[in-house]
Amino acid sequence: MIRAAVLAGIVLALPAGAQDRRTGYDDMSPALQAMQDDPMNPAAFWLIDGEALWSEPAGTRGQSCADCHDAAEDSMAGVAARYPAWDEEQAAPVDLNGRIALCRDRHQGAGPQDRADPDILALLAYVTHQSRGMPLTPDPDPRLDPARARGETLFTTRMGQLNLSCAQCHDDNSGGHLAAALIPQGHPTGYPQYRLEWETLGTLERRIRGCLTGVRAEPFAPGSADFIALALYLQSRAAGLQVETLPIRP
Amino acid sequence: MSVLINVPETAAPGEIVTIRILIQHPMETGFRTGRDGALVPRDIIESVACLYQGEEVFRADLFPAITANPILSFHLRAGETGRVEFVWTDNSGVTARDGRLLTVA
Amino acid sequence: MILTRRTTLATLIGGPLVLRFGPAAATPETMQTAIDGFTGGADITEGRVTLRIPLLVENGNSVPLTVSVDSPMTPDDFVEQIAIFNEINPLPDTARFHLTPRSGLATVETRIRLNGSQTVHAIARLSDGSFWSAATEVIVTAPACREV
Repeated sequence: MIRAAVLAGIVLALPAGAQDRRTGYDDMSPALQAMQDDPMNPAAFWLIDGEALWSEPAGTRGQSCADCHDAAEDSMAGVAARYPAWDEEQAAPVDLNGRIALCRDRHQGAGPQDRADPDILALLAYVTHQSRGMPLTPDPDPRLDPARARGETLFTTRMGQLNLSCAQCHDDNSGGHLAAALIPQGHPTGYPQYRLEWETLGTLERRIRGCLTGVRAEPFAPGSADFIALALYLQSRAAGLQVETLPIRP
Repeated sequence: MSVLINVPETAAPGEIVTIRILIQHPMETGFRTGRDGALVPRDIIESVACLYQGEEVFRADLFPAITANPILSFHLRAGETGRVEFVWTDNSGVTARDGRLLTVA
Repeated sequence: MILTRRTTLATLIGGPLVLRFGPAAATPETMQTAIDGFTGGADITEGRVTLRIPLLVENGNSVPLTVSVDSPMTPDDFVEQIAIFNEINPLPDTARFHLTPRSGLATVETRIRLNGSQTVHAIARLSDGSFWSAATEVIVTAPACREV
């Protein structure tokens, strides 16, 4: 009965039906868009920290990111627009967060760090900033295809006690409303993002955890293969949309 | 904790300029409970003062209803060349300061 | 309580609409007490103050606010203080801005937290001791599928 009520609610809040792709930025109020466009944007604090960390030696080898990659403006341009990508050694897809962890492990001799660690978030923000305005360009490596297909399956699979799939909200009913909130199309153009709900910077992984607990499903484990698969699918679904930095979302 | 300050580099005498400051701070209200059910202690900036030519030209008293990473924008009439200095204080009495030079010509 | 579609949706997916603050909440009466503390009980005239807040905000955690007072801001005639009050947060006091003739222009911007839809009040004390005010109604919505 409750599920029927929920579904009825979604159906009655039908969107305009336009299939034009819209980012979360497009859907925000002018006030929040202005907050994102303002150089004095609270996400700038993570960017500043990330820039400093880029050239700071870390781990037992005392290596900095810059020791291998030189200027991020050149070496990291387009990287965030392309990831997730294939890792030869693990023979698995990794996201940008995972790539930073592998770099720390293999090249810096630094210990494992939580994927939501403030320093990792700062580096993510800094590396992503080097792809600002670039179109999301899925990595064409065919070895990623099975995970991307798995991601599409996850996107269209009903989950949780509310028995809803991602697609039911973000494909079928985007532009409609859940209570007073607009349902976005769910494109990953703006991560890591400064979310007013969190009052801090957070990742796509954290946002999807919110989606999954919202439908009363068990969230993916941090960095799990299923999360990366979903990230791959979301990125291909949003291909061509521009990378936003520094993103603000409600 | 970082701070972003926006003061124009130059101004004409008597010109009214816009001053902005964004301070990295959680502005923890003291009304929220943590995962253990206990109140998270209040941690807010209570006061942001702006000094110019030896006098306080603007001050904001902030309460828990101000956002995390508070931002303030206000105005200042340029007098002589000098530093536009900020002093901010949290509810445990800790003070920080930073400023920018305003050249008046 | 009648379980309407709207309340079902709000409860199940949106979660309770009030999350940021605990159960304590100010009331218009406690706000009036705070205002009396600011004015010392003096008369307040509506006018000269402009309070700009978007009518509808997507998240009460960050609500842009601009307050300005019509004043020449000269040593003889300037705005001394502007106080912002809210009706239903745990504390009615929101911010107080102390201005001087050096301010040049009595316009201040900041971002505030609002614990739900309510009317926000701005009261200015001028150098002649008079009080002026403006009020703006704000509708606060919240994003769906928030963290629990």
